[in-house]
Amino acid sequence: MPSENSQTPNVNDFSIHVATINGSGSQTSNNVLMRTIFQMGVPVSGKNLFPSNIQGLPTWFTIRASKHGYIARRKEVEVLVCMNPETALDDLKALPPNRVCIYDAPLKLSNKRTDCTFFEIPFARLVAEIPETDARLKKLLANMCYVGVAAELLGLDLAESEKALMKHFKGKTKPVALNMKALNLGVDYVRKTYPKAQVPYRIERMNATGGKIIVDGNMACAIGALMAGCSVIAWYPITPSSSLVESFIDLAKKYRHDPQTGKATYAVIQAEDELASLGMVLSAGWAGARAMTSTSGPGISLMAEFAGFGYYAEVPAVIVDVQRVGPSTGLPTRTQQADLLEVAYLSHGDTKHIALLPGTVEECYSMMQDAFDLAERFQTPVFVLSDLDLGMNNWMADPFPYPTKDFDRGKVYTDADIEKLRAAGKKFERYRDVESDGIPWRTLPGNPEEGGSYFTRGSGHDEAARYTERPEEYQRVMDRLARKYETAREWVPKPELTGGPVADIGIIAFGSSHTPVLEAMDQLSADGIRTAYLRLRALPFHRSVQEFVALHPRVYVVEQNRDAQMLKLLKADLPAELCTRLRSILHYDGLPVYADAIHEGIKRMEVPQRVVSGGKGPGTRGEE
Amino acid sequence: MATTVTPKPPAEKKNRLGLTREAYTGGKSTLCSGCGHDSITAQIIQAFFETGVDPKNVVKVSGIGCSSKTPAYFLGQAHGINAVHGRMPSLATGANAANRKLKCIGVSGDGDTASIGLGQFCHLIRRNVEVIYIIENNGVYGLTKGQFSATADMGTAHKKGEINEMPPVDCCGLAVELGCGFVARSFSADFKQLKALLEAAIHHNGTAVLDVVSPCVTFNNHPASTKSYKYSKDHEIPLHDIDIIPHFEPQAEIHIEPGTTREVELYDGAKIVLKKLEEDYDPTNRAQATQSIERSRQAGQFLTGLIYLDTARRSYVDQLHLVDEPLANLPQSRLRPDPKALDEIMDSLK
Ligand SMILES: Cc1ncc(C[n+]2csc(CCOP(=O)(O)OP(=O)(O)O)c2C)c(N)n1
Ligand code: SF4
Ligand SMILES: [Mg+2]
Repeated sequence: MPSENSQTPNVNDFSIHVATINGSGSQTSNNVLMRTIFQMGVPVSGKNLFPSNIQGLPTWFTIRASKHGYIARRKEVEVLVCMNPETALDDLKALPPNRVCIYDAPLKLSNKRTDCTFFEIPFARLVAEIPETDARLKKLLANMCYVGVAAELLGLDLAESEKALMKHFKGKTKPVALNMKALNLGVDYVRKTYPKAQVPYRIERMNATGGKIIVDGNMACAIGALMAGCSVIAWYPITPSSSLVESFIDLAKKYRHDPQTGKATYAVIQAEDELASLGMVLSAGWAGARAMTSTSGPGISLMAEFAGFGYYAEVPAVIVDVQRVGPSTGLPTRTQQADLLEVAYLSHGDTKHIALLPGTVEECYSMMQDAFDLAERFQTPVFVLSDLDLGMNNWMADPFPYPTKDFDRGKVYTDADIEKLRAAGKKFERYRDVESDGIPWRTLPGNPEEGGSYFTRGSGHDEAARYTERPEEYQRVMDRLARKYETAREWVPKPELTGGPVADIGIIAFGSSHTPVLEAMDQLSADGIRTAYLRLRALPFHRSVQEFVALHPRVYVVEQNRDAQMLKLLKADLPAELCTRLRSILHYDGLPVYADAIHEGIKRMEVPQRVVSGGKGPGTRGEE
Repeated sequence: MATTVTPKPPAEKKNRLGLTREAYTGGKSTLCSGCGHDSITAQIIQAFFETGVDPKNVVKVSGIGCSSKTPAYFLGQAHGINAVHGRMPSLATGANAANRKLKCIGVSGDGDTASIGLGQFCHLIRRNVEVIYIIENNGVYGLTKGQFSATADMGTAHKKGEINEMPPVDCCGLAVELGCGFVARSFSADFKQLKALLEAAIHHNGTAVLDVVSPCVTFNNHPASTKSYKYSKDHEIPLHDIDIIPHFEPQAEIHIEPGTTREVELYDGAKIVLKKLEEDYDPTNRAQATQSIERSRQAGQFLTGLIYLDTARRSYVDQLHLVDEPLANLPQSRLRPDPKALDEIMDSLK
């Protein structure tokens, strides 16, 4: 029986963990629950932990409400909703004492523990009352019913849930009414069955989400690509990247058709594989379109040969890697930052690539635009390294600003330029380093001037793009490419400094580790450890990275992979005497890193004599 | 004093753009002398010259191999891209999407197409990307010194004596099967036919596959080879004699004896006149095309000519419903939606 609880309630600072079955429609319910909290002005984040399966396997969704505005994953759970018989016992076992568990009546969980507050709800029986619905729909409605139960127990405003449903069903009143009915059945059941129930967790209205949006990183990248004027996408479906291109298609259908003719100003090509995708993207970029592809690790592996060709032949391309865990038969629906080294040097020979590292959905948006500009400026493949956590989970953010910069189309000679060159007694030479920045000029196919064309091949060419195998000419190509990479250091997004200037230690992180690091900094500060945090936003590194390391006796590099890949890249770039300052905080269990793991990992190394409570999370390893 | 009179050179022939053949040439070939690929290069130059295509409006794409090197030897004023082994089709597809106004010609080898690039070859045809796709077919990997390729005939011998026991991939049969709208086979030494087929391909609006047997004199021209000059000459069975009446000079009628020819209209109004040889062959009949390929295979014949033609299928850029201007030329104002659009998107996420 639920006990009446007299302790002061936790307001707007707890997590709800919902365990369901994949394909049972819980996604809608979870989103409605999350949006209800969001619309009540409380900062919120949602993490979907799903299997590589369409129907039947267990799925979890964690909603974190945080009055402090922390939107990283949190491991601790306060309110557990058990809908899945297969995982219910394990889910319950993992719940700390004195927490709340809502469960589907047939699971009979209440006698399994004595230190939790249980709410037994006969979901199937409740929704059975709703007429004119088939079995499938009833399942969906049972899920909506738990939103009602949670709403009643946590003090959610049902009007906001209705608004969320209206949004979900795009204003269609019939499904909204049906779902509200299910939701209210949950509310009524709690009122009737547990009239005096009080749980120590409450959602109360705040004013911290006004004007904000909720968006996943893939959609944010898609909007970025749209605003960047991307005109050719070639891709091959793969989780967790597919929704990026699919979102682009939806947006482009609306915003990228010529108003007069109705014809498209973009082409989306579903290729036969990822190598073909990149081939299409490279030739489209070579021919002057703004072209991109999006994939995940296995696709990047297939692209390797073309990535090297693009680097040597100097052809623009944007390649998004929404990173996931290992091979296709690894954990394809989990997250990691483990393609870093692969991407940094992808392909044969001495290749090294420009890569952008968005840490927020806002940056997914802005860096897609940067990526197109940089690809054309540097005439080279530019990678954008997102990950499943950033790409597929919902993040709260400020609305994206309209771009203020015009496209940078880079060094392209038009027919008029070629004519001018000729008038000045000069000739167009494709690979001549005119400005000594390593970046030559190019022309686009179809240039109507004589002398405006060239033949593109890999690295075996001289300045005029003629075939050569002479050692000194080959080395000149290689040295110029290296010079171009050096030039890029000043052009790519600069690292971002948080905290300091006086700090005991430095932290370096990138990508989706960003929000947990921010939270961990507050935790460390509460322990009396002052931190400065440099967030890397691109490869190659800006020189401020070296300055940052030089300023701090110990620098913790936080990353979501086993092999300390970013630390290795830093070591390759920094002077040897600075490398000894670097330490690793590694997280690689497939789930997003969380603040406690970073906090405890750093504290353990900073204060070895003090015993840290809680212990480290699975997969999180500190290394000196 | 005796004077020598230099005869005035005949006025160099110009095409309808006022360009001479010279404008269609490229760099000097580095292939073995006598290589079939060089003859194909010569016919490409001639076909583009005579059809009067502006070389600056052409893109050349290729994979890797001796054959794939040849785009450097023709149409020097066209942009070209020589990328990686077996992936020429993806280059053609991307270039087409980016700039639909450019005429695309792709050169590949039998290794490039029928082994490493077989997947891309099939998918290019499925999409009907507008490209003249030339397979310079010598039955071996020339550039890597003569290993069997996947088009080597069953029973043909390697230079070192080894016999190939696997059936060949028939690129024409495969192309017909996949719905390709222009499928032809030819022989690098049959200049007239090859040039006519190339000209017809230039007029086609979709994927045009030309499988051209092109002997490798260095590695596969020995007596026991079925891709040698001698074997090909001895076994060639042309389906018809071919002439092209270009759409821009319909008056240039050729002499036709009634009842002996068949006329087929190409996509842009040009006509192809097929003179009957042994039997009346209708290249628009897909079932007959498949049958002929199969019969010639069984008979060990080398069937050449226009095997199949279907001009009705929409090309890939048409299927994509693209604007008329090349995507590559669209200015920022047409590529970046206005602030109102972004506001609308943001509102939908609130
Ligand atoms: C990925 C890759 N694998 C292997 C090679 C080596 N290679 C170069 S050309 C070639 C075969 C070319 O044969 P074909 O396409 O028939 O052209 P040919 O030289 O006969 O004209 C091979 C295997 C390569 N360049 N790239
Ligand atoms: S090796 Fe064969 S295919 Fe290559 S250039 Fe020589 S003759 Fe031609
Ligand atoms: Mg070959």
